[in-house]
Amino acid sequence: MSSPLNPVWIPRKRRGAELGLLVLALVIGIGSYAAVGLGFNGQVPSGIYTVGGIYALVALGAHVAVRRFAAYADPVLLPLVVALNGIGLVMIYRIDLGLDAAGSPFGPFAQGQLRWTVLGILLFVGVLVLIRDHRRLQQYTYTFGLGALVLLVLPILPVIGNAKRGAQIWIQLGPFSFQPAEAAKIALAIFFAGYLVAKRDALALAGRRVLGVDLPRGRDLGPILVGWLASIGILVFQRDLGSSLLFFGLFVVMLYVATERPGWIVVGGLLFAAGSWFGYTAFGHVRDRFDAWLDPWADPDRNYQIITALYGLGHGGLLGRGWGQGSPEITPFGFSDFILSSIGEELGLAGFMAVLLIYGLIVERGLRIALTCRDAFGKLLAVGLTVSFALQVFVVAGGVTRLIPLTGLTAPFLAAGGSSIIMNWIVVALLLRISDQTRRPTPAVAAIGVDDATQVVKL
Amino acid sequence: MNKPIRAMAVACLVMFLALLLNVNYVQFIQADDLNERAGNRRVIDEQFSRERGAIIVDGEPIAQSVPVDDKWQFQRKYTEPRLYAPVTGYFSYVYDHAGIERSYNSILSGSDDRLFVNRMIDVISNDQPKGGSVELTLDPAAQKAAFDGLADLGEQTRGAVVALDPQSGQILAMVSQPTYNPNRLASHDLDKVTSAWKRLNEDPAEPLLNRATQTTLPPGSTFKTVTAAAGIEDLGLEADDDVKGGRALGFPGMDYKLPNQGGSDCGGDPISFERALNVSCNVSFGWLATKVGQEKLTEQAEAFGFGRALLDDLPNAPSRVTADDDTELEAPQLAQTGIGQFEVAATPLQMAVVAGAIANDGVVMKPQLVRTVRAPNLSILQQNEPEELERAMSTADARELRSMMVSVVEKGTGAPARIPGVAVGGKTGTAESAEGRPPYAWFIGFAPASDPQVAVAVLVESAQNTTDIAGGRLGGPIARSVMEAVLR
Repeated sequence: MSSPLNPVWIPRKRRGAELGLLVLALVIGIGSYAAVGLGFNGQVPSGIYTVGGIYALVALGAHVAVRRFAAYADPVLLPLVVALNGIGLVMIYRIDLGLDAAGSPFGPFAQGQLRWTVLGILLFVGVLVLIRDHRRLQQYTYTFGLGALVLLVLPILPVIGNAKRGAQIWIQLGPFSFQPAEAAKIALAIFFAGYLVAKRDALALAGRRVLGVDLPRGRDLGPILVGWLASIGILVFQRDLGSSLLFFGLFVVMLYVATERPGWIVVGGLLFAAGSWFGYTAFGHVRDRFDAWLDPWADPDRNYQIITALYGLGHGGLLGRGWGQGSPEITPFGFSDFILSSIGEELGLAGFMAVLLIYGLIVERGLRIALTCRDAFGKLLAVGLTVSFALQVFVVAGGVTRLIPLTGLTAPFLAAGGSSIIMNWIVVALLLRISDQTRRPTPAVAAIGVDDATQVVKL
Repeated sequence: MNKPIRAMAVACLVMFLALLLNVNYVQFIQADDLNERAGNRRVIDEQFSRERGAIIVDGEPIAQSVPVDDKWQFQRKYTEPRLYAPVTGYFSYVYDHAGIERSYNSILSGSDDRLFVNRMIDVISNDQPKGGSVELTLDPAAQKAAFDGLADLGEQTRGAVVALDPQSGQILAMVSQPTYNPNRLASHDLDKVTSAWKRLNEDPAEPLLNRATQTTLPPGSTFKTVTAAAGIEDLGLEADDDVKGGRALGFPGMDYKLPNQGGSDCGGDPISFERALNVSCNVSFGWLATKVGQEKLTEQAEAFGFGRALLDDLPNAPSRVTADDDTELEAPQLAQTGIGQFEVAATPLQMAVVAGAIANDGVVMKPQLVRTVRAPNLSILQQNEPEELERAMSTADARELRSMMVSVVEKGTGAPARIPGVAVGGKTGTAESAEGRPPYAWFIGFAPASDPQVAVAVLVESAQNTTDIAGGRLGGPIARSVMEAVLR
């Protein structure tokens, strides 16, 4: 079918476009860094060449790695992520300055975050180099499942388990603390994808129709019940509302996509409602979060954080106070959990929306990769990683802007936190790997049967 | 699998649209509301480091921001802080603001919508934004006279004075004792501010309370002017008409009798209406209240402004005739109400408004504390014009009552308020408070009767004397000196 009337899609690498966008992303990041210094004390930060140089170097290194090891990968994802990570680094540096000026014992955080970023990009390159075909991961389905379980249990073990701020979600190894839930999320997505590819027919075949909704058979509810109970378990033992919600959402979405049966969404929704009600009645901290969402001013002392974050957003207004000219350091954890409200304060509604749009574009690219991917495992993995990313953004951004009750999740690529930054870089590497497989031209052997090229394969 | 993926894409789109809409709501629509909330440190910091507008009395700033060399750049300074504290309030970093500093904050801080153009010009010319100024109606001489008058009664005295221009409603003096020094709360030494605040709040005399507008107490015999107004308006009574007198007022079928102050006789039975007011006869006004009835008496009080917040510029408590709107008073309770006891409670501001309305031919003028609001470039943003609130009495009836009140000062209990050569009207009052507590001394008055320039109400909470003359003896001289200060 290679006649001029029906031109075949010629795969293009588009690496030049990626480089161009990447330079733009670096201009945003490094320009913001300079702007913080100018806004805060009228001087360009002294680290502009060293810090800016390091960041530009690793970002360009990531680009070179993509060029070398995933030449056909999506060209937009990497620049988007580099822009976000840069904005996050600059905001953390800016809050360091503010905390230091206020004589706070907290901080500095920016240097650590830069180190984690470099490590994250190294791991990003490592994933691209080591995993040349994402389908290989399918072989280790149950290994990843077990790994996820271990990672989830780690924080409640004695000695290495560590409770901070009322949630038992950290592990402490010597001087390093790590939040294994982020890594567990990736392992779970791989496990679910592998498991569902194998079992999806069994899950989808039988069932009956109730009120116009296809409900799965009773015995097929088994796995989703296990997933639900596991997320409730996290909620109960680790008091981690956000991760519990995220895992459950990830599981339901992947079940739905694998089986193409909306009944799972209905069942998942009902179980979510039941779980929420259980959480509300059984746990004081869930109730507190809910009440704080309904009316934070009913208890201004307890809800100081969300109130002062909202004040920051209000003070930012349309165009923001400008880099270095607001007071984001007033909000507790304005460099991590509440970094989005810090961005809203200094960059205003315009900046906040720009950041949300960058997140939205990342989700769009991820879903596009899932749509165009040719193998079921890759599709499921891409959609799982992307939707859980979107869900995480929704939960954290909705939480700090009081759209939904606050839960303890971090804004991907922005918030200070080593585990989050590293694991999100790995997510991007996996998405790029799947995308590379998808867009790569089919090997020459496929040309033997010409008619096959037009055959639509429903996946 | 593409169909569910597309469905997820739509779900993600909905989530992001919800986030975008909500962030627009918070940062655009809700932003003003958030910025105005108390305890918003960002706004406080910003307002603290801005050249805040002045509060002006008679052309002189009584509160202004002066440049200092610290992180906030400007320090709020109050000249004569204790004299004007009940009106200016304070501007504190830690404890928010009060008084005019609070009610006119948007003007003083420069964030008012009417100053939008000024702010834009400041942005373009790279100037520091400035606040507008607020000019008060206060008369410094009257304010000083009222302040000194209360202070002369001693350190421990608790009381308040309000004077206003009956014809325009402009407040000429507003004093509350004990007072405080707002400079201590505006200080940039936050530890000192905290300890000063603690001291002020622990003080049982409540110095932060503006007694002139926020304290409602039984007005006692000064309320007889309201009862008298109801009698004149509704029963057509005139000064020479007979009213019940004697030693005590009895009620059919009850043991209770309403006695006169100290059990004295009012000078016979019956006596003239004018004499009843001159000697502040409880029997006469208790009797009159039962004749007028609860409904008419309440209506008359409400026509004078009872039951509503009279002043826009400061927090002020509405005065009341009964504690609840639907209270049905028994005859003895109604009689007590008629002499300003039982559940009647009024602010000094309210009683000054009553005196002012009687003086102003029965027309109640809305009390005003702010004359002019100006932008930083001194252009006028708002000029308050006199505003007629209500007609409480007909002109003829008001003049009847006015001449009766002049008689009180010339021949009766109001003698201490006499000013040589000026016809002064007035009424004294001594209200019983709780058991074992000294009664409250009141005085309300106006001058000159022919062309009233000033109406005044004086409240002394901690009076030592229990005779009815106490209201005249304690409040009269203060009222006189305030009126003299205005007339001079």
